[in-house]
Parts: sequence; structure tokens; C-alpha cells
Amino acid sequence: MILGCFGLALFVVPLIGLLGRVPWPALPTLLASEVVTDALRLSLLASVAATLISLLLGLPLAYLLARVDFPGRSVVRGVVTLPLVLPPVVGGAALLFALGRRGLVGEPLERVGLVLPFSIWGVILATTFVAMPFLVITVEGALRNLDQRFEGAAATLGARRWTVMRRVTLPMIGPSLTAGLILTWARAFGEFGATITFAGNLQGRTQTLPLAVFVALERDRDTAVAISLLMVLVSLAVLVALRDRWTRTL
Amino acid sequence: MSTLEARMVVRRNDGFTLDMALEAPAGSTTALLGPNGAGKSTAVAAMAGLLPIDAGRIALDGEVWDDPGQGIFIPPEERRVGVVFQDYLLLPRMTVVENVAFGLRSRGVHRTEAVDRAAEWLDRLGLSGLGGRMPSDLSGGQAQRVALARALVTEPSVLLLDEPLSALDVTTRADLQVTLAQHLEAFAGPRILITHDPAEAFLFADTIHVVEDGWVTQSGTADDIRLRPKTRYAADLGGVNLVRGTAIDGVVAVGGMKLHLADTTVTGEVLVTIEPSAISIHLVFPEGSPRNVWRTTVERLEILGSRVRLRLGQPLPLTAEVTDAARTELGLAPGSEVWVSVKATEIGVQLAGR
Repeated sequence: MILGCFGLALFVVPLIGLLGRVPWPALPTLLASEVVTDALRLSLLASVAATLISLLLGLPLAYLLARVDFPGRSVVRGVVTLPLVLPPVVGGAALLFALGRRGLVGEPLERVGLVLPFSIWGVILATTFVAMPFLVITVEGALRNLDQRFEGAAATLGARRWTVMRRVTLPMIGPSLTAGLILTWARAFGEFGATITFAGNLQGRTQTLPLAVFVALERDRDTAVAISLLMVLVSLAVLVALRDRWTRTL
Repeated sequence: MSTLEARMVVRRNDGFTLDMALEAPAGSTTALLGPNGAGKSTAVAAMAGLLPIDAGRIALDGEVWDDPGQGIFIPPEERRVGVVFQDYLLLPRMTVVENVAFGLRSRGVHRTEAVDRAAEWLDRLGLSGLGGRMPSDLSGGQAQRVALARALVTEPSVLLLDEPLSALDVTTRADLQVTLAQHLEAFAGPRILITHDPAEAFLFADTIHVVEDGWVTQSGTADDIRLRPKTRYAADLGGVNLVRGTAIDGVVAVGGMKLHLADTTVTGEVLVTIEPSAISIHLVFPEGSPRNVWRTTVERLEILGSRVRLRLGQPLPLTAEVTDAARTELGLAPGSEVWVSVKATEIGVQLAGR
């Protein structure tokens, strides 16, 4: 009980600290500044794009890991979950070595006119790299727990593989997929290390909200606090929505 | 008329091997009867196409469904097999009517027509008005009827029923037995019933295959299995005692004692069957004609309504059955010393095969 309260305090105290520093009267002006609106636009764009890419690529990957028995599957699973434990800065550095202008893949890409680092594409890529594992592990877990006999039953009723996927598998893992998507988005929204390493910190091009907070802390505390508050509110709204979803499906 | 011919060898990862053959003609019900873990559900999966066989051949009327030797495997969605699964497997995120319409929709029937036909089948099975429910809101009996409607609505060529009644309580089961019997009767193609309940097999099936440990140990009609069981399992199914022994001129040596048969010419390895009710229990040595009399102990009593099953001890462990009134009259309890008699004419005998 007491330990639990201490645990809770660990989360609540910093939040109160933040709220105590909010320059309430100046808040509207601060939030309306170009730095903040640019960063908010970029953050929303990058996090939503990363979530969609994760859905597009992560769903098939999760299916592969859960259902197809291939040699080295546990190694692949390890590689996929690596970004969860790796410091994001290391991830960003790795991306730079691979996809940077002198990188393994980056150099041929640049020849066809696609420069990833220090562009919005770089932000999306770095964010996806860090956030997609959340989708993959959530969905993979759901697929493993799914009773495959339901899919078999659908097949005996004449449903082809794609119909089974669309009408049986996806609806059954629906709640987990939603949870995975929201977790992925939340991680993408808060992403800092890999982004700043790989995409840099250019206002209006690659500076997302967390990066803007970092810069503002040095020069303009009030703006930093205002942006932080914005992020807390957006994240809280999403998490509460997620919580509702969880309790409804349980 | 179509016949499903299946010779199936399936080697499961857990070391279990199913190796059986069956022939299920149209318009007749073939039962696979066996204990849990005998491989019955594996056989269902193989016939439905959910599990490829490792060797053998499954064909409906010469249309080959699975033949690893020839490299032929027709997937389940192209086999037109209606399956009623053990725990129904109604698709949990669809309503009842969507579940029933699913098979039609998957085969390209237009939505309105599919829903109409599904509703018609729900009516036929006494489920009118339940179409909008989710499967989780159904009782076991209702779910079973929905599963049956879902399997039949697509007019499959073969009907497979995997333990269709086993998950139901006694009253629901009795009620559904009637429905099931009607629909089995009305289904023109081969019907295959998987069950561990002998009563179900005896009631519905024209031919019974007893499956034990992945093998068919006996095939025949209900009477063949009940009256001339070949294995201990089959004998227990009918409650019949089954003893293996060697007969010489109508006397069978079993477990250190001799049983006299009515037919004095029988010689060789035999299976002896004795109905539990054919065994008489006495407190004193019985007067009269019985040729087979011995003394033993009552080891265990099992009360089944008005009847009582007695487990008898050495020299010949048998199951006897008396009325509850007789039990009280004789004062039978575990440990009672009794005389046992069996008339020679009550002892069935058949030459043991393998």
C-alpha cells in the first residue's frame, strides 16, 4: 500500500512540478509561436505516418513471426525487438551509418535523388524504427494466442485465405491491434534520440515537439514548459482513450 | 451415389500416429467411436483438409482430395465438407446469422440471398429470432444448432460431426438427439460421426469403427460391437465383460479357472463375452443347473439408478449387474463374500482374430 503510493508519487510529483511552472497568462501566445506550431505539425505528421507504416509493414511481419516456422526465427524476433532496449541515440547512429549520405544504402539512394537524413523522411524513418516493435510484439502475441481452429472452421466453410484473414483473424485480434497501434503512436509522438541523431534539429523541417522542448530548455524555459504541457495533454488524451478500449474489450 | 474413401496415415509431432481406413457411403452414417486421445479429431482434420495426411489417399467418388503419393492436396475451402466442430467454433466476432451466412458469402452468394437462406435454416432449427445475437450469448444447445445450420446451409457433399453432443447437459442432449437424427437422415451424402459415447454411436450409426490409439480395432454394426466386442474398450462400451482365453472342447481356461460353454466343439484362442446381467449372485452355493459356479469377493459397488454394478474380485474379475432391491436383500457391500453363477448358454464366444 505504502510502496504503491510511493510508486504513484514517482509519476505524479514531476507532473505537479511541471504544472507549477506553467506561465498560464502567456500560454496562448507561447503556444501560437511559429516554433511550436511547426513542431506540433511535424510531430503529428511524423507520428501518424510512422504508425501507418508500422501497420503496413509490421502486421505482415508479426504474422510471419507468429505463424511461419522458419530457421532463425528467434534471432529475427530478437532483432525486431532490439529497438525497444537499444538507446534511441544508438539506433539513430546506426540509421546514419546505413542510410546516411555515405551509408551502405544511403549512397545509392542519394544518386536517385532521395536524401533521408535531415529531412522529414528521416524523421519518419527514425520514428518508425523506434516505434514499430511495439506494434509487432503486440500483434504477434495476439496471433499466437488466437485459437487457429477458428480459421480452420472458416476455411471448411469455403473461405479463402484472404477472406479468413479479413473476416476472422483481423476481427479477432482487433483489440490487440488497436492497443498496438496506440502504443506505437505514443512512442512515435515522444521520440527524441533517434530523430535528433539521424534527422537533426531543423525548425520547420525536422524539429518535432520533443526536440523543440530540448532546445527551448536552454534559452526559453516558458516555451519549454508550454510545449511539455501540450505533449502531456495530447498523450494523456490518447492513453485515456486506450484505457477505455481495454476495459471495454475485457 | 458418392462414397468417401479415406486411407489416412498421419504422424503427429507428438509421436502419435493415426493409421486408419474407412469407407463412408452416401446416405449412411459412419461412426468413429473411441476414447479421448484415440485420434478421432485428427481423422476429422485430415478429412476436412485442415491437416494433410502423410500417406494414404482421401477421395470422394474418385475425386482425389489428398494423396501425398501423387502430390495432390485440395485445401479445405474447395472440398465442400460441412463440419460441426466439437466446441462449435462459431466465429466470435459475427452474429449468429452472419455465421450461418458466412459459408454462402465465401462461395460468392449475394449478401441478401445468403442472409435469407441463413435465416431459413435458423427457422428450420428452431432458432427464429436469434439471428442478431452474438455466439457468446447463446446456450450450448443453441450454439450446437447454429453450428449444424452453418454446416448444412452450404449443401456440402460430406457431413462431419465431431462430438456433436458431448458438450451439452443431459436434457439438452436428449432434445438435440432428435433434431440431429432428423438432419442426419435428411442428408444425402456420406455422414461421419465422431464420438466417445457408445450410446450416440449405437443410436445414429449404420457402421461403427472402433478407434483406439490411432487404429481401427473393430468395425461393424452396433450389434457386432455390442455383442461381439473384440477389445476390452469395446466390451466396456456395452458394459459387456470380455475375457480372452483358450478353449478346448467347449471348456475355456481363463485366469486359472474353467468356464463351460454351451457349444462343446469350440477349440482355440477365443474371446468370451458375458453380459453383466447374466451373472447371478448368491449368498450360499446355488442349487440347480448352472455349470459355472465359483466363490469370490465384491470389490466395488457402483449404483446406477435402480441398478447396481458390482466389480467382482479374483479368480475372474468381472462386472455383474443386479437390481438395487437385490443388493439390499443380499446385503451386498464392498468385501462381501459371495457365490457367482453363470449359465453356459449365457456365455458368448468367438474365435479371436489377431
